[in-house]
Amino acid sequence: MLAGLVAIPALAETVGWPEKAELKFGFIKLTDMAPLAVAYEKGYFEEEGLFVTLEAQANWKVLLDRVIDGQLDGAHMLAGQPLGATIGYGTQAHIITAFSMDLNGNGITVSNDVWQAMKASLPEQDGKPLHPIKADALKPVVEAYRKEGKTFRMGMVFPVSTHNYELRYWLAAGGLNPGFYAPHKGDTSGQLQADVLLSVTPPPQMPATLEAGTIHGYCVGEPWNQQAVFKGIGVPVITDYEIWKNNPEKVFGVSKAWADKYPNTHIRVVKALIRAAKWLDENDNANRAEAVKILARPNYVGADEEVIANSMTGTFEYEKGDIRPVPDFNVFFRHNATYPYYSDAIWYLTQMRRWGQISESKPDSWYLQTAQKVYRPDVYAAAAKALIDEGKMSAADFPDFENEDGFKPPQSEFIDGITYDGRHPNTYLNQFPIGLKDGDRL
Amino acid sequence: MVTMTLPDWLAPYRDLMRGKAGPAQQQAVLRQLVWPLLGIALFLLLWHWAAQNIQTSLGQFPGPATVWEQTQALYQEHREGRQREAAFHERQEKYIETRLAQQPDWQPVRRDYTGAPTFFDQVGTSLITVMSGFLLASALAIPLGIVVGLSAGVHAAVNPLIQIFKPVSPLAWLPLVTMVVSAVYTSSDPWLAKSFLTSMFTVTLCCLWPTLLNTAVGVTSVSSDLTNVSRVLRLNAFEHVRRIVLPSALPMMFTGLRLSLGIAWMVLIAAEMLAQNPGLGKFVWDEFQNGSSQSLGRIMVAVQVIGLIGFLLDRLMLALQRFLVWDKSAAQR
Repeated sequence: MLAGLVAIPALAETVGWPEKAELKFGFIKLTDMAPLAVAYEKGYFEEEGLFVTLEAQANWKVLLDRVIDGQLDGAHMLAGQPLGATIGYGTQAHIITAFSMDLNGNGITVSNDVWQAMKASLPEQDGKPLHPIKADALKPVVEAYRKEGKTFRMGMVFPVSTHNYELRYWLAAGGLNPGFYAPHKGDTSGQLQADVLLSVTPPPQMPATLEAGTIHGYCVGEPWNQQAVFKGIGVPVITDYEIWKNNPEKVFGVSKAWADKYPNTHIRVVKALIRAAKWLDENDNANRAEAVKILARPNYVGADEEVIANSMTGTFEYEKGDIRPVPDFNVFFRHNATYPYYSDAIWYLTQMRRWGQISESKPDSWYLQTAQKVYRPDVYAAAAKALIDEGKMSAADFPDFENEDGFKPPQSEFIDGITYDGRHPNTYLNQFPIGLKDGDRL
Repeated sequence: MVTMTLPDWLAPYRDLMRGKAGPAQQQAVLRQLVWPLLGIALFLLLWHWAAQNIQTSLGQFPGPATVWEQTQALYQEHREGRQREAAFHERQEKYIETRLAQQPDWQPVRRDYTGAPTFFDQVGTSLITVMSGFLLASALAIPLGIVVGLSAGVHAAVNPLIQIFKPVSPLAWLPLVTMVVSAVYTSSDPWLAKSFLTSMFTVTLCCLWPTLLNTAVGVTSVSSDLTNVSRVLRLNAFEHVRRIVLPSALPMMFTGLRLSLGIAWMVLIAAEMLAQNPGLGKFVWDEFQNGSSQSLGRIMVAVQVIGLIGFLLDRLMLALQRFLVWDKSAAQR
């Protein structure tokens, strides 16, 4: 209905006609797929002459495979997926991205029992636990499990997922070793030397798996942390915003071959997605309530509106009743959230190296070259310029393309206080007490 | 002159209408109407009671009332979906007009609606897929079954394979079928969707066996009198099969076909759930993943519809059997 009101404007000729008009994009049922749903429902795809079908996928692996074999033209992806695939971790395929879908949006949830055990040692303020909660508080719980001869298990959504790296980052910052990968020895479990065993569970199944007792906690995107609170299954202890302020999250990935074959289509897709992202953040998130209604439809995320609204409208509920403002919990456009920064790509690569998914140490130049192979700010800039020419956006909405080198200034708002500078990945890696450093090999 | 004959089961009601209410009619009405209705009513009560006592993390287990509510909601969504579709086509016409004004040499292409399929669309997809898979399976199994039944040698050769492949679960076939279809079927503008083909072939592979086996048994058990008649008449092989073997084997073949269709329907839902191929199975899986407070109710609607369709498919085969087989008593129940 929404799209029905949008008249089709003159199809500006700044970008050529789409080579392929019928497209199918995959997504996982998470609120950060919102730019895709909005671009569809608001008619942005159609205004680009694109007839898009959006299709929910069973899990991240299926989604990636279907992009590689061409059943999907593109998909909502974990930022680590195009990078992992391109360097050949897991599946080998050249995947690229020209559009980052959002910042933040994840949380770490533990079961009620674990929360009760953690809560005892947490400092309080006004009768509520003091945030952010570090994994230091989890450490005694994990040790107690070990004394009883039990393993402490946590879920994340995919081996190269943001969630895997965030969970590992949080655990390691609290002195817990989340374990290493050793693909050169054929060990891809990521559990070598681990204090906490991490394993893969698809996002929508997280609450059910936690409820079943298979795992004791998890790191996942929304609405699956808030779902746990609503259903009384578990308690979110920290959001990724507190682990790394304004961390890059999902990307929109397509295969390199597809992008080479359909360059105009690619730019037009990015145009539509940029507009959708802007709509989501416009006027201080004024459209979020409408976005929640769209996402709650069964063909998109499908969870209850109130659950989705909890995080999408700038609050986050920790322990039941402990609702706190997190205005930037989901950022879709501001802070140049959609721009594909090389430094974001390099951070993911450092984490792949840190945990052994990249077995050999690599020179700094390799990090940049790999980032440039996968992240495509040129396509983004072409889309942005077209939007500016058409008067749909202004230059102020975007980074200054003439002088943009793809590196964010060094960032220091991490939970462990370590500074990240994308130009010096090895220096960054050498600062971590837990994790592989330059020259290490398992 | 056309004579209308009532089906047997309707006769007691005709008699009742004509004022003939004897013990025979009462018995029939009890058996056909009262007992089944009582059974269903009891089931609904039990279901309602049990549902109230099961609390899941997605809320109360859906009872009959919730299911009825969700059925209406799904129908409403279906109607809204149709309106969206109409609006989509309208916008598309406008797009074509605008683009033609700018690019007169462009060949307009009209695209299918890109919105999400509704519940009823999914039912349709599943029905088409199951019938395709079943027809393909029958087309393979019946001729093969006849050959196996006629020749002891072929039977000996094929039997071990049948015995080994018969118990394989659809969940085991699916990954193989998916990979093979992806590898072999690589048209850039496919006429049939890959997802349809994988569902269909999985169904075929799983529901081949009952028809094959039963056809073979049916063919083997043709009475020797009839075979002798065929010899005396010097029927050629084709005529022998057509006039002697097929008619005698038909009841057994239909037993196989009915089993096959039942299996096909069960396999299809499982395959759709696992592979996320369009259809009722995907609907169920999507709802499970949605985890909304309505999800269980909607899944329950799907369960009822799956059951109902399975039942109707079986009745359809039975009707076909009644129509085709000379021995009507073989087509009971």
